[in-house]
Amino acid sequence: MDNLVEINNLTFKRGDRVIYDDISMEIPAGKTTAVMGPSGIGKTTLLRLIGGQLKPDSGDILFAGKSIPTMGRKALYRARRDMSMLFQSGALFTEMTVFDNVAYPLREHTQLDEKLIRTLVLLKLQAVGLRGAEAMMPSELSGGMARRAALARAIALDPKLIMYDEPFAGQDPISMGVLVKLIRELNDALNLTSVVVTHDVDEVMQIADYVYILADKKVIGSGTPDQIRHSDSQLVQQFLKGEADGPVPFHYPAADIRTQLLGGARG
Amino acid sequence: MLTRKIELLVGVFVAIAIAAGLMLSLYVANQGISGDQETYQLKAKFDNIGGLKVRSAVKVGGVIVGRVADIRLDDKNFTPVVTLDISTQYRDLPETSSVAILTSGLLGEQYIGLQPGFSFEGIDVLEDGDFIEDTKSALVLEDLIGQFLFSKSKE
Amino acid sequence: MVNKLISLGRATLDKFAAMGRATYMLFGALIAVPQPIKNTPLFIRQVYVVGVQSLLIVSVSGLFIGMVMALQSYTVLTDYGAEDSLGPMVALSLLRELGPVVTALLFAGRAGSALTAEIGLMKATEQLSSLEMMAIDPLRRVIAPRFWAGFVSMPMLALIFSAVGIIGGKLVGVDWLGVDEGSYWSVMRSSVEFSEDVVNGFIKSLVFALVVTWIAVFNGYDCVPTSEGISAATTRTVVNSSLAVLGLDFILTALMFGL
Repeated sequence: MDNLVEINNLTFKRGDRVIYDDISMEIPAGKTTAVMGPSGIGKTTLLRLIGGQLKPDSGDILFAGKSIPTMGRKALYRARRDMSMLFQSGALFTEMTVFDNVAYPLREHTQLDEKLIRTLVLLKLQAVGLRGAEAMMPSELSGGMARRAALARAIALDPKLIMYDEPFAGQDPISMGVLVKLIRELNDALNLTSVVVTHDVDEVMQIADYVYILADKKVIGSGTPDQIRHSDSQLVQQFLKGEADGPVPFHYPAADIRTQLLGGARG
Repeated sequence: MLTRKIELLVGVFVAIAIAAGLMLSLYVANQGISGDQETYQLKAKFDNIGGLKVRSAVKVGGVIVGRVADIRLDDKNFTPVVTLDISTQYRDLPETSSVAILTSGLLGEQYIGLQPGFSFEGIDVLEDGDFIEDTKSALVLEDLIGQFLFSKSKE
Repeated sequence: MVNKLISLGRATLDKFAAMGRATYMLFGALIAVPQPIKNTPLFIRQVYVVGVQSLLIVSVSGLFIGMVMALQSYTVLTDYGAEDSLGPMVALSLLRELGPVVTALLFAGRAGSALTAEIGLMKATEQLSSLEMMAIDPLRRVIAPRFWAGFVSMPMLALIFSAVGIIGGKLVGVDWLGVDEGSYWSVMRSSVEFSEDVVNGFIKSLVFALVVTWIAVFNGYDCVPTSEGISAATTRTVVNSSLAVLGLDFILTALMFGL
């Protein structure tokens, strides 16, 4: 199967801090790929790198065979029409209704007349189960519904790639179940390629075709969910099982406790 | 997104702004003579222009008919030459007309007072670029005091 | 001591960097093929938000300032028997100075801070990022209409301010304090020059409009996308706009009315 996205030897720094050190990943087309790892290692940054909002310090990112970092502005905007990103907060436009939000990319990038747009919007909303909510304002939606509305907007132009940034964060079990189902079904029904960035292990393992685990600026594990579950790496196992202590230590590095409590004035 | 109400209010806003602009231009400000209407130029030589400035008014009987366009010294005899922009409404001033530098009020700003002269057979009209021959310079305070003291000492 | 100098140097360089970013943003927003069909509704909507909704505060302030000016000037002018000069006094102060400057300050406080907060919030909730990912340039779609709306609305508001102020001056001077109505208008008319006073005042408000709207829009676009960041950016808009307006006013006045 072809790779829709290829990350080759990517290094990315923020100031002096190295976020990614020479990592390589392949996102196969038509499949759901999960990217997991501890909090704060920069998973959202990875999505921004793929989308061309950030430039790597070295290495390359290929989208459908074309190099993203070296693209000019126009080419980048053209490439972005085939990509879609679902932000953690949904990022709906607050001054329009749900309908107008989903219609926005259609009205911007196509010349379709309003009747056709209406049909498309309702279909997309139907796919995420929100057709009845089309006239509501984003402030009236619950968190889960807002995310689904944002998802409808993300698939409005039938992109090739859709990137989910922590879609399950802070959701109740039912909403989570809904989102999990939607991600998988949309991927298959629309022949999308999905990249799900998350740390909800159980949820994403149910639907992922391929998994990457990032930690310590590197890829520490990759493979199908089964392969990952049987991985030798202690770090991977700690992550999967959610153990409090292990290669990622419980205690933040500090001086010996006896010296600090009983020792001199400064401790 | 763009409701009728919003469009209407924006239209009203712009209408009010235009009304304000018109009020300010027409009702509050006077129409500057030069710049608005056609003018023609006359020149006059003075011994002393006093406090006359460019854009000072030119009045006939107190009515503004033009503005001072330029003040400079004649190259040859170093006397001040004042160029006046007169509105074309007021053509056909006889060449016997006179100009004087007057002061509005006691301490006011100075202006040019134009006194149309006699007009009868054989008298030409002032055309664009002509010189007004009869001029009266500005009163200089020191000269006045000198005259006063001189006449006083004579008594 | 040395540390203080170092931080001063760094702060200055930061300011220059910010101005550079601001210029870059402005060019990105304005140098574009205009898309009248798509962008005009956005522009009109912003004129409503920024202009129409400032109309109340500008008119009321103009009225009161005109009235106060008439009141204060009257007490001084009667000492010299010069009540007839009340008209030009009020009109010239408003047209040359108070109209453009006070309108700019009010605008910065009301509309400018609202613009900064709105754009900052869009940045914080990742709406600007969403637009980028949807292959829509937020500079053209969000920033540009707001910039043009501010640039167009503010001079109009300044005209309204001056006009209402002059009317307010008339209400106090003529209707209350007894100055002759004919003199109020006629002496005013002979002292106020269209090209000198009205036009120069308008030019001032154009310059202020450019600066205030630019500052407001940039601070929103550039802010740290947290709640503290947005509130800091909003404050910065009001403070920086006000200082810029007052500073520019001095320079422009010296150029236009100086000797």
